[in-house]
Amino acid sequence: MQAPQAIPPTHGFWNLPTDAAAHGHALDTHLLLNLWIALALLALAHLILLLGLAIRKRTHRPYHQLLIEYLPLAALTLLFAFLALRAQQLWATQRYTGADLSAMQVEVTGQQFIWYFRYPGPDAAFGRTKLSLVAPDNANPLGIDLSDTYSRDDIVTSQLVLPANREVDLTLRAQDVIHGFAIPEMRIKQNAIPGQITHIHFTPDTPGDYAILCTQVCGMGHYRMLATLRVLPLADFNTWLHTEEALQARDESQP
Amino acid sequence: MSLPTPPSMRNHQGAPSSRGLIALRWARRAPRVLFSTNHRTIGFGYLAISLIAVIIGALLSLVMRVHLAWPNWPLPIYGAILPEDYLAFVTMHGTLMLFFVLTVAPQSGFGNLILPAQLGARHMAFPRLNALGLYLTAVALLTLLAAFFVPGGAPIGGWTAYPPLSSTPLAGPGQGFGMDLWLSSIAFFAIATTLNAINTLTTITTLRCEGLTWQRLPLTVWGWFTAAMLSIISFSVLLAAILLLFCDRHLHSGFFLPAQDLVNGVLLQHRGDGSPLLWLHLFWFFGHPEVYIAILPGMGLTSMVLANFSRRRVFAYRLMIATTLLIGFLGIIVWGHHMFVAGLNPFAGTAFSISTIAIAIPAAAKVFSWLATTWGSRPRLTTPMLFALGFVSLFITGGITGPILAQPILDEYLHNTFFVVAHFHLIMAMAGVFGLFCATYYWAPLLFHRTLSEPLGKLHFWTTLLGAYSTFLPMHFTGLAAEPRHYSQLNGIAGPSASLLQSTLPLQRHITASAIFLLCAQLPFFLNLLLAWRRPANNPTDTNPWHATTMEWAPNALNPHPNDQPSIVYRGPSHYTDSGTEFYPQWSDVNTFNTEAE
Repeated sequence: MQAPQAIPPTHGFWNLPTDAAAHGHALDTHLLLNLWIALALLALAHLILLLGLAIRKRTHRPYHQLLIEYLPLAALTLLFAFLALRAQQLWATQRYTGADLSAMQVEVTGQQFIWYFRYPGPDAAFGRTKLSLVAPDNANPLGIDLSDTYSRDDIVTSQLVLPANREVDLTLRAQDVIHGFAIPEMRIKQNAIPGQITHIHFTPDTPGDYAILCTQVCGMGHYRMLATLRVLPLADFNTWLHTEEALQARDESQP
Repeated sequence: MSLPTPPSMRNHQGAPSSRGLIALRWARRAPRVLFSTNHRTIGFGYLAISLIAVIIGALLSLVMRVHLAWPNWPLPIYGAILPEDYLAFVTMHGTLMLFFVLTVAPQSGFGNLILPAQLGARHMAFPRLNALGLYLTAVALLTLLAAFFVPGGAPIGGWTAYPPLSSTPLAGPGQGFGMDLWLSSIAFFAIATTLNAINTLTTITTLRCEGLTWQRLPLTVWGWFTAAMLSIISFSVLLAAILLLFCDRHLHSGFFLPAQDLVNGVLLQHRGDGSPLLWLHLFWFFGHPEVYIAILPGMGLTSMVLANFSRRRVFAYRLMIATTLLIGFLGIIVWGHHMFVAGLNPFAGTAFSISTIAIAIPAAAKVFSWLATTWGSRPRLTTPMLFALGFVSLFITGGITGPILAQPILDEYLHNTFFVVAHFHLIMAMAGVFGLFCATYYWAPLLFHRTLSEPLGKLHFWTTLLGAYSTFLPMHFTGLAAEPRHYSQLNGIAGPSASLLQSTLPLQRHITASAIFLLCAQLPFFLNLLLAWRRPANNPTDTNPWHATTMEWAPNALNPHPNDQPSIVYRGPSHYTDSGTEFYPQWSDVNTFNTEAE
């Protein structure tokens, strides 16, 4: 396993964490472009402000000058239109359509103050859950209804393990209050809402261990509602998955 | 200009009575002050409420900052700060600052103190409604502060109070009686603000003096006008949302709750199958205009003060009126940018993104006007002018990150990180507070009959500016490193999340040190106010020390005598000769006054 502590968690002037998702590069490029433009505009505006104050000779200034009123505005409008357009392209690519049908399915459930991850098992289908069946002490924190045949092979973990270079479709749910599911290194964030299902899809492309954070205040333990995403090379992932499936099958066979 | 001394000013110069009698005199005056319907007394009442709120809010932020940098430090007397305490402080800090400081002081406080005089009017349109607004605001503040002292303490869900966290006591400490008090407080506040907004709008539309056409109104009045319209539209929606949440809490309704919800091991059933997203929509429909309510009066004042000390007209005056209204209008159709990753339809994300980025255009027009007004004017760099320039600087720095956060794909990464905290503290909190300081120093002769000390004012300005930037600029970088908001602790956690969070600690310590410096930088301000108490009053014949042109500086504008002729306005504000040596006040029919006379 890679040791993420060995490399610094953030890098560069803008202090971004490493990017380990397929869409991350385009997002970072756009973010950095925005940040540099913002810095340049900030410097320019302050330069004009200070220069205007520093001029020793009082100059005559008309109160209306169409050129000065509207020309910089037009330039800024064009600049922002360009940035907005580019941002919408990226947004559309990521959000306008769902995940590919062949994407791997994982369900994420947030509850105060823990994340659970459920894999559908060999039958590739999630079983039914009921809030009334939730029993964390009885190894059923998600309330999986075992009378549903799809439920039998579902695997529940507290760590999100994913194969590299395969698209994953996360189904987000919350049991109690709103939680925010975020993986900074994967450049994704999406709220999990009680009574509602939301989706987010992405493709991890660099094996490693990454932080999963809760980003929507959810109660006193909000700061420790953390988990780990472990991205494995495909072969390692398959080994892990088969082990988990075997364990699940053994548990099922026992009365 | 030689004028008879107004009667009220004479009192201030009288010989001080013996100390023993002062208490008696105060006791005799108290009922008259408390039940006054005089707009100036009410305005001072609002400012007093803001002053209490800002001191408590700032001290809370100090405790939070120290806890974040040194989590093991126990608060003296109070003891260790638990995670729920931290979140309660966050909630109360946000609520106090946003509602009781940034809404009350510019709009209700300075609005009451200055607006009628600026309109050439003698009073507000509805004096008793005005007093009712003040009482309700005071009740709201007391109700809010009471939440600290009830079992469970203050609510922990932040000022946005998202359900189901805010809908059931099971969700955490503070979500029981503390949350009920919070909701009651904000309900009172919403009613008070709406009453005040009705009063402001009616005063501006009906009590403008002869000759004061809409196009001659100072931009401060346009700021108050637009903010009042936004208040009426947005606070009524907030009040409705709060009543619905009250029903969800106590009547098992399900406006904001799903049919079933499992909180803290208890299965809650609700009559109906609602969605927490409805609260987000209603809350942010209020929450975003609220930000403009806080900042629009400051933007107007900045324009006027820059013009005053640059001795020029405001550049592109009509465009500034239009942009004020446009910012207000756009402010009501952008609430979805708080919800890009909250479960909103992605197409809605695109729509809200475009309306949000559009605000950058009128906001930039304002910046251009400020730059053009001051450019090459050799302005008098008095303390109010410095604070107006500081407002411009902070408005640019805080505003420039707005279009970044308005792009949903970037917000997906930056949402609820410290980048957002940096953004809104710079543009709303710091620029807003600079607007308030500017107002205090600028209007001091009208408020206290004294100008405040310039050396102390300048010390206050430079240290505050340095402290503000040193505190809030580094937050962009911890935010870009993905540090989330509302985390009461960044260390002592295992796993890869830990190394990410811990990497921000050195910067966090710098921010905490800067925040302490920023708070200490306010001492010269309070010292200045205290010293003003002891200073001799300005010469009553010199009613216009800044050579301002707007109506509040007219002789007797603040203490109109019943026998005075009604005011007449002859021109728009900020008329100066090209050289800046002469100015034409709004109230003067022919004469021009030399700015370098005395």
